[in-house]
Amino acid sequence: MIVSARETWLGRALLILLMVITILPFVSLFITALHEPGTYPGGLVWPAQPHWDNFVLAFQSARMLELLWSSVLIELGVVPVALLIATLAGFALGHLKPFAGRIVFIAFILGLTLPFEGIIVPLYYQMRDLGLLNTRWAIILPLIGLFMPFAVTWMRAHFVNMPEDVSEAARIDGATTWQLFWRIHVPLSVPALSSLAILLFLWTWNQFLLAVVLVDDPTKRTMAGALGAFQGQWGTDVPLLCAGSLLILTPTLLVFLVFQRQFVAALLQGSVKG
Amino acid sequence: MSTSEQAAAPPRPDGAAAGRGPSAARRRTLRRRRWSWSVAAYVLVLPAAVFYIAFVLVPIVRSVQYSMYRWDGIRPATWAGFANYVEVFNNATLVGSILNAFELILYFSIVPVVIGLFAANLIRAIATSRLATVARTVLFLPQVIPLVAAGIMWTWQLSTDGMVNQLMKLVGLGGLTRAWLGDTQTALPAVGVIGAWVQLGLCLLLLLAGMTKIDPALYEAARIDGAGPVREFFSITLPSLRQEIAVALTVTVISALASFDIIYISTQGGPANSTLVPGLQIYYLAFFEREIGTASALAIVLMVLVLLVVLPMQRILRGRDG
Repeated sequence: MIVSARETWLGRALLILLMVITILPFVSLFITALHEPGTYPGGLVWPAQPHWDNFVLAFQSARMLELLWSSVLIELGVVPVALLIATLAGFALGHLKPFAGRIVFIAFILGLTLPFEGIIVPLYYQMRDLGLLNTRWAIILPLIGLFMPFAVTWMRAHFVNMPEDVSEAARIDGATTWQLFWRIHVPLSVPALSSLAILLFLWTWNQFLLAVVLVDDPTKRTMAGALGAFQGQWGTDVPLLCAGSLLILTPTLLVFLVFQRQFVAALLQGSVKG
Repeated sequence: MSTSEQAAAPPRPDGAAAGRGPSAARRRTLRRRRWSWSVAAYVLVLPAAVFYIAFVLVPIVRSVQYSMYRWDGIRPATWAGFANYVEVFNNATLVGSILNAFELILYFSIVPVVIGLFAANLIRAIATSRLATVARTVLFLPQVIPLVAAGIMWTWQLSTDGMVNQLMKLVGLGGLTRAWLGDTQTALPAVGVIGAWVQLGLCLLLLLAGMTKIDPALYEAARIDGAGPVREFFSITLPSLRQEIAVALTVTVISALASFDIIYISTQGGPANSTLVPGLQIYYLAFFEREIGTASALAIVLMVLVLLVVLPMQRILRGRDG
């Protein structure tokens, strides 16, 4: 490609500027978290005496261990089940192509753009009638349902694009539909499945609305939901609030940094398919 | 399999079915197989369908039903017909919340997509460099943290003592500083800044990914023909990115119309309802004012609005899938 040195230089400068804009709020949050509790420090002034103990204080008062455990439980309730049933449905609609399968698929697509606020009121009464309000089930069960439009569309797209010869060969060798699914298709679907798992993990962890409406006790919510309660409690103590927020976002950041390649790919593909 | 079957089938002596015999038999087995596949397929779809029906479709139907009633959630509901919808379109606060959501599209979608396009075009040349790889990670950070965290973070940055005002004083704009989220004039754009910050990385990288798929020969040809960067952008880059732009707009427009987390955390809809959006209003109406009917009518209106705005963009997308 013919590119002038000036353009390359400009591109680099712009990229760095955008990165600075992205990072600066995190830096400011961190610096603020080190100031004396109860003060209103300037956003970018390093404290004379950094209060590292703010993190310990926030860890205890936010009951971080309980929050983490709660989020893990919710993740375990949502992600494996959603993955499994979406894969089954995606395989059925994408590979077996049943009679009227297209209609079923369109029914799933309908939910793709649904704003969660649209059904939060009936969900509240549904959970109340089931006696599940204020339990983690009130978040887990609806989330699985709400993820289905995307997850089924995602897995169907994957199975539709699988070459027919593989399945045909397995059938000639006498594989039943179940063997074909479990022994041939699932092992070939690992990349699609892991991307979907990453997205579902992220969306569950960050789910706020369902957590706030359906569960009163912050220690039974998702991480994002608990963060909302923490803000209500510590909203006036800025350094402590900042310390708590940092603690609460650290787990996602760590997971992201470890799996960043897969994350970026999944997020890009996820928005393309969504 | 099918060819060997055909070859093995002996020609029928009775003439009547000659010629169509083997293929009819084959069609029958195919049909039988397709039928058994269909049954199997529906068994496999069932679990996903049960969750989807129970926690998405049934609630949508119930939302429609609630929207036709006057109900406080406790006492028996009374039939209201379309009165709740009339309320949604006549109550200034509710109409205002819808208009605010549309204004947020400007900040959550248009701004990140336009900046993303401009930046991606400049960065295209170094899209495969080491710096760009690092940038992929960094620019995605806002997408990964909970929106609530972005809200808390920026509430502090935009406050009187926050970073934004500090930076403004630094560059000599001290006279303009204010509590950005507390001023009815600036609260909505300030909330918009948070949304733009969250969406920018995704839009930029999506557009960059689209740009790497453009054949470099097109650019070389354009340069040889004497096209400048502006001409190049409008006649090569922009048309090639139609689909990526549609994707970026779809995702961000939904997040603007259905915004809740950021606003709940940063302004609660204030000051004086200047940042109120339908999502937040549904929450207040249903769980604080106990107006289940009006809340549900607003919920239905919100769902319809999202569909009306997003469907045209999906048509552009469909063009790609064929």
